[in-house]
Amino acid sequence: MKILTGNDLVSGDVIWWAGEGWSRQVGDSADVGEHGDDLARAEEAALRVVGAYVIDATATDEGVRPAHIKDRIRALGPTVRPDLTLKPNDADAGNWVI
Amino acid sequence: MYRYDSYDQSIVDARVDEFRDQVQRRLAGALTEDQFKPLRLMNGLYLQLHAYMLRVAIPYGTLSAAQMRKLGEIAAKYDKGYGHFTTRQNLQYNWIKLADAPDILAELASVEMHAIQTSGNCIRNISSDQYAGVSADEVADPRPWAELLRQWSSFHPEFTYLPRKFKICVIATEDDRAAMRLHDIGLKLVERDGVIGAEVYAGGGMGRTPMVAPLIRDFVGEDEIISYLEACLRVYNRYGRRDNKYKARIKILVHEIGVEEYKRQVEEEFAHMRTLGLNPPTEELDRIRAFFAAPAYETGLGEDIDRADPAFALWVDRQVAAHKAPGYAIVNISLKPLTGIPGDASAEQIELVAGLAEQYSLDEIRVTHAQNLVLPHVKKADLYAIWQKLDEAGLAEANLDLITDIIACPGLDYCALANARSIPLAQKIAQRFADAERQAELGELKLKISGCINACGHHHAGHIGILGVDRKGVENFQLLLGGSGAEDASLGQITGPGFSEDGVVDAIEKVTDIYLAERTDGERFLDTYRRIGMKPFKEAIYG
Repeated sequence: MKILTGNDLVSGDVIWWAGEGWSRQVGDSADVGEHGDDLARAEEAALRVVGAYVIDATATDEGVRPAHIKDRIRALGPTVRPDLTLKPNDADAGNWVI
Repeated sequence: MYRYDSYDQSIVDARVDEFRDQVQRRLAGALTEDQFKPLRLMNGLYLQLHAYMLRVAIPYGTLSAAQMRKLGEIAAKYDKGYGHFTTRQNLQYNWIKLADAPDILAELASVEMHAIQTSGNCIRNISSDQYAGVSADEVADPRPWAELLRQWSSFHPEFTYLPRKFKICVIATEDDRAAMRLHDIGLKLVERDGVIGAEVYAGGGMGRTPMVAPLIRDFVGEDEIISYLEACLRVYNRYGRRDNKYKARIKILVHEIGVEEYKRQVEEEFAHMRTLGLNPPTEELDRIRAFFAAPAYETGLGEDIDRADPAFALWVDRQVAAHKAPGYAIVNISLKPLTGIPGDASAEQIELVAGLAEQYSLDEIRVTHAQNLVLPHVKKADLYAIWQKLDEAGLAEANLDLITDIIACPGLDYCALANARSIPLAQKIAQRFADAERQAELGELKLKISGCINACGHHHAGHIGILGVDRKGVENFQLLLGGSGAEDASLGQITGPGFSEDGVVDAIEKVTDIYLAERTDGERFLDTYRRIGMKPFKEAIYG
């Protein structure tokens, strides 16, 4: 699947296109098919996102998993600061990245 | 320390106002990201992997206690409670909100700081020796020159859009603690026949094409350094490549046309520059120098240090360096706790160091390119009290220049350019070599990790260097041996095929085993490597 990600213009937070808006959870990502680039341009013009780009991902039993490690780290947060990730109480969260 | 005059302050204040307006226009949609990006970068604001990142300039790595305290306050108020000291002697905040950035710059300006010259193709923040002004063997204090260069280069209209970024370093001792020859231009202050001037090195750097800068002028008098640098920059600005960003640094120009031809062109330009009256007025140089006059050190202080506490004695032996004033010492504060993140400091730790500087170090702190901190003016009698406070704050690691004093870039945990994570690897290596006796047995061993070819972690200059690469989406680590950023500057050589994260830790252990087996008395790791070459290490690693 293709999913769309970027950073919230104001906060800089990593965000994921969830179909009708943006989510901070990669698991909410929607498949954008071939429309990702158009969507990115429109959302950037609407000042909701900056640096938007389309990536490959896989729908797994555990949710959407970006294909590349860089995007998995973006999705989770820094692996060396579990307290600052989206899953601060999940001791195994870092393994999801690898 | 240098203090802003009204001119300095008005420039920085005006820049804050300008950026506030630019941010407002961006948030209102009057500026597109393409229009805004170069403006935010001119103010040190990057868009990184997780958020906006603000890189704050720390000119020549020198901070007052008030400035340090402000950095801690900003970390607590606007970021997630910490900052990251970089190999450029700067500080980065990783979690900045765009709307907050102007307020942060205003807070920085209130303590004579800014984020100018921390991005873009300009002359970047000037770097220098963390022992400047307190080292007994320096020819002259390099900081007045670094400050002069800061003023000369700030908003220099001719050098705002160079082919690529440009890094300058100034040192004044034979010992190079600032990787001077791995800068675009390195200045080493020297004395010739009673006259102070500089040896000038040009065309060094790391990145994808590492080079050690060759000497291009044996001596330029101190009154003509600015004119000579103008000439160096002019030649680079005119002929440096702009068609390929990977070939745009001055090192490529010097390499492609040759050192002699570059020197010839610079000399030709210098002859012209000499006629333009660009040398700084003596009174201005004297004004700057006055800020760096030696403080009023107390006299009659004792030299004795009570070493009854063994942990303290270990720390003194490793972290304390000789000071030029009797009864004083230089304290190196490690930002490399064994399970920590190289260069990171919490807001509380930053505040603590600010307080220590205020109470014990004549209000001064230095940041090192190895991502540590320095209290430059400490009475020996105060060392134990300082150590106790550092120890309580997790800042009393005794590992300066040892294998666990690892330089590591933010890597793929934070950086959008990175290919691999540097920090977890640094932590694994630190844990593998955690035993203090083992570290001491290995002696000076500078290990440096970069998460990509841009080499922010100085891997080319590590006695042991590690470069993280992307192998089909999987992190892989190349191992290099034999680099040095010191006065014996050299570039590390790749051992061979790369490793997994665990594999490279094992490989390092094999490398250190060979060193221990092969070294002769007094040899550092680097000395042994240079004597016996790559082969025995390679055989041990790859069988």
